[in-house]
Amino acid sequence: MIENRPILTFFSHLILVIGVALVALPVYVTFVASSLAVDEVLQSPMPMLPGSHLIENYTKVLSQGASTNVTTAPVGHMMFNSLVSALVIAIGKITISLLSAFAIVYFRFRFRTLAFWMIFVTLMLPVEVRILPTFKVVSDLHMLDTYAGLTVPLIASATATFLFRQFFLTIPDELAEAARIDGAGPMRFFWDVVVPLSRPSIAALFLILFIFGWNQYLWPLLVTTDESMYTTVIGIKRMIAGGEAATEWNLVMATAMLAMLPPALLVLLTQKWFVKGLVDTEK
Amino acid sequence: MEKRARFESRWLPYALIAPQMAITLVFFFLPAAQCLYQSLLVQDAFGNATQFVWFENFQDLFRNDEYLASFRVTAVFSFLVAILGLSISLLLAVLADRVIRSATIYKTLLIWPYAVAPAVAAVLWLFLFNPTLGIVAHWLKGFGIPWDPLLNGTHALVMVVVAAIWKQISYNFLFFLAGLQSIPKSLIEAAAIDGAGPVKRFVTIVFPLLSPTTFFLLVVNIIYAFIETFAIIDAATGGGPGQATQILVYKVYADGFKGLDLGSSYAQSVVLMVILITLTVVQFRYVERKVQY
Repeated sequence: MIENRPILTFFSHLILVIGVALVALPVYVTFVASSLAVDEVLQSPMPMLPGSHLIENYTKVLSQGASTNVTTAPVGHMMFNSLVSALVIAIGKITISLLSAFAIVYFRFRFRTLAFWMIFVTLMLPVEVRILPTFKVVSDLHMLDTYAGLTVPLIASATATFLFRQFFLTIPDELAEAARIDGAGPMRFFWDVVVPLSRPSIAALFLILFIFGWNQYLWPLLVTTDESMYTTVIGIKRMIAGGEAATEWNLVMATAMLAMLPPALLVLLTQKWFVKGLVDTEK
Repeated sequence: MEKRARFESRWLPYALIAPQMAITLVFFFLPAAQCLYQSLLVQDAFGNATQFVWFENFQDLFRNDEYLASFRVTAVFSFLVAILGLSISLLLAVLADRVIRSATIYKTLLIWPYAVAPAVAAVLWLFLFNPTLGIVAHWLKGFGIPWDPLLNGTHALVMVVVAAIWKQISYNFLFFLAGLQSIPKSLIEAAAIDGAGPVKRFVTIVFPLLSPTTFFLLVVNIIYAFIETFAIIDAATGGGPGQATQILVYKVYADGFKGLDLGSSYAQSVVLMVILITLTVVQFRYVERKVQY
């Protein structure tokens, strides 16, 4: 602290507390709504303290899904789909990015620059700007309503490749030379030196990519029509699609809590790694 | 930067890079090329006959009032999301940086909305702003505002802007806080000794030194508002009421999947690609400059 200004410090805390409260408000209301009976949610204004239907609501959505008016798969199954796609996307992105960054840094080969630029250009082509033709490709490959369709098209990653390339460039040349003198081939060097050294970057990146995968929206919306393939995020959207009268908000809100919980816990429990991953990927 | 120590192999590097290249070619370049090509075609409604029409789809697009309206909505939406979002996060970051000992606690309390899916954020705010049972709508009515985002376009726009900013606050806050904490304390102490108060120090020292972070975040937030808010729009309003919240990326989807106006949807995709490429180039030119710091 540069100087002591108690009044300013007091106002700083005050505004920060208000900010934190406003940021937390939607989640608090969601939590409260998820613990109420359906007629309690429909009161105006709804109660601001948790009700007594918490366990009942969560058990219901997890095992049967919502609801009486709109049929959906059990949320437990949706969460399993979300988990599978988040894991495949995160691990897949990390694996193919590690391999291609290793090729680009440790080999001199034809089309190396071309390959590098092709990976770079994918940054500028997210699914959102090429919706129709990408959907058509996936449908021609018969990958609609499959886990492969949900994940494989999202697995290419320019950011992960660049992050690993940046990191590999900082690995001392002496290590590669020593490995060569000891008679280790490139893949031996990759497994025994490069991958262990990259472990912190891999861990940090995994967190970011897992959240990215879990929170996907547009892509699963396009490629899943079978409700047994819905991810949790898509499931919520389908639950409110029945219109105002049909929506059981207490169950929708319980599902929303379940959709938020895994990634939010991951962020809070691994805060340091997470911040590192976030800052590194944007460099 | 190049490595001195390398490995030699005629086939290995190609094998290593093959998976990435295969996915990139099949799911990125092939569709993007198809977009470019199809945007020059006109197809009848059943997909039987196609005709090559050069840039007619684009001419139609920029003569289409609905499309121009969508451009305006996108501009207003992105401007509000970027400017308000950055201002609020900067304010919180500056205050958290001031109360240095508690900064970590506030960081933990502000960081987690990053983990919330945009679509889920939209549903949370949709519930809060729901005209019959939303708690915020109830408060607004208490102030005499007849709140109804389902009928009133401005209200709907306010709702999606709030949801988009809420989702992005933690990201902006983290980068601003990191930027603030990397400013040398000696500069600020020197100014304080010379008699500059907190506001003057912020205006003349802190804000100028923070400008690389601010500029970076500005570009990231504009890209976010252009592209990633698709989920928020789709889950909260579906582009409505009317066209009040139909941003460009949502219109590509609506015209292509619901309206089945394919030629136009492809042409819109190409326009979006051009915008995004421009923004990315701007972002990377800046990053190059930052490296020289």
